Amino acid sequence: MFLKNFLFHLGRYVIMMRTAFYRPERVSMYYKETMRQMNDIGIGSLLIVALISIFIGAVTAVQFSYQLDGTLVPTYYIGYIVRDSTIIELAPTITCLVLAGKVGSNMAAEIGGMRQKEHIDAMEIMGVNTAGYLIMPKVVAALFVIPMLVAIAAFISIMGGYVAAVPTGLMSNAEFVQGVRSFFVPYNVTMMFVKAVVFAVLLTSVSCYQGYYVEGGSIELGKASTNAVVFSDILILLADYVIAVLLTG
Amino acid sequence: MIRAIDIFKSFGEQDVLKGITTEFYPAQTNLIIGRSGAGKTVLLKLLVGLLAPTSGKVFYDDVDFFALNKRQVRAIRMKVGMLFQASALFDSMTVEQNVRFPLDMFTNMTRKEKLDRVNYCLERVNLHEVNDKFPSELSGGMQKRVGIARAIVLKPKYLFCDEPNSGLDPKTAILIDELIRSITMENNITTVVNTHDMNSVMGIGDNVILLYNGEIAWRGDRDQVMESDNEVLQNFIFASPFLQQLRDSAIKK
Ligand SMILES: Nc1ncnc2c1ncn2[C@@H]1O[C@H](COP(=O)(O)OP(=O)(O)O)[C@@H](O)[C@H]1O
Ligand SMILES: [Mg+2]
Repeated sequence: MFLKNFLFHLGRYVIMMRTAFYRPERVSMYYKETMRQMNDIGIGSLLIVALISIFIGAVTAVQFSYQLDGTLVPTYYIGYIVRDSTIIELAPTITCLVLAGKVGSNMAAEIGGMRQKEHIDAMEIMGVNTAGYLIMPKVVAALFVIPMLVAIAAFISIMGGYVAAVPTGLMSNAEFVQGVRSFFVPYNVTMMFVKAVVFAVLLTSVSCYQGYYVEGGSIELGKASTNAVVFSDILILLADYVIAVLLTG
Repeated sequence: MIRAIDIFKSFGEQDVLKGITTEFYPAQTNLIIGRSGAGKTVLLKLLVGLLAPTSGKVFYDDVDFFALNKRQVRAIRMKVGMLFQASALFDSMTVEQNVRFPLDMFTNMTRKEKLDRVNYCLERVNLHEVNDKFPSELSGGMQKRVGIARAIVLKPKYLFCDEPNSGLDPKTAILIDELIRSITMENNITTVVNTHDMNSVMGIGDNVILLYNGEIAWRGDRDQVMESDNEVLQNFIFASPFLQQLRDSAIKK
């Protein structure tokens, strides 16, 4: 039963995504829609991403300095730990979990509302490839914008670590800077962007799927919106693990 | 011309349509009438492929609609306009953007040409100075008109209207009916209209089918309606005790 259900959704999802990437009827319309989505996803999420990142960096700095207190590990390691845990794990994962809640639920509700109000049917009748017009611009926009947001999140997070550590006297400015500049592996940044790209596709496509096939009324719409977040989150964490295994192996 | 051949449609256990065979002609308002729940919307959605039939075929002229692939279906749909029961206007766009949407998507017209076409269509449905309004700022009747304007903006060969005048006052309802009929005649469109309104039947019923229990219980045109002694049709027309009284007293005289 569960397996049947799973295969049904997987099949429908794959078909939807394939249809979504047919050649656009009119590139200019898709382009305009993509720009609108970039603005919505990017500018619209900047504040919340920044806010969360500051605290993530700050908390990492404070807690690691607590854990390392009284050990033989040099203090400047805290800067190094903040930098790497942020870049490898916290910035991409937490940012995308938050975006699933903000952007994903929004997409599911928007597309689901259009389905219920017969807007999608109306477009179909005109001859529009609705999966294409409604989904492709969102996925493409997310592909560009979410990695940018993640990069910004990583930067702000490290700044957050600095703010939490240096002015409060946990360590000196020089120590933090030394930490941030130690043992830098550029490959970790690659890993961050790989994660960001994969998570971006997951969270947008899963959310669009939830909205695109919604039925019924406002209760179902609410459910679709919740499902968008829940399934995106689960898949992001699953993908996080898989990427971690593959890229560090 | 559109032909439906032996259409069956079930939802689970429920058989909604049980063998519908009929033709819809160009330059006529073809009506599908029947009570609420008779399956009018289901039939209309089958004709345009928004629903798939359990069995049966639909032909657009000589093209077997359900045998087409997705691209070919879209090619036919460019020639199809549809007015939805709830208008289905895009609520984040203005009236002008709504009507212009098909032009933006499918034509190479310049900005000016598009605007002219949009204004012509809005003019055609008697709407003035609403270009920059949003659908939520319009009355139900005006929304239907915008829906019609959007449906005809690409000069369709086939026009489908799902209860175009439900929820409107009788005067406005008649205006909308007449509008649909004159657009149909002018442009030689094959128009299919769902309705449960007898005023529409008598006003614009060129070719009428009555759905009852999933089958066509009666067919004819508006002149044949009054002469028919078909029981289902009589029950449909004279639905209320008031109308039955009226009929009976007319018969006595
Ligand atoms: N998507 C659907 N799923 C299940 N039943 C449906 C669906 N659409 C319509 N029906 C059923 O089909 C019947 C006819 O509905 P409809 O065509 O909307 O009637 P109307 O003549 O008022 O337009 C109704 O009994 C309705 O419950
Ligand atoms: Mg209906």
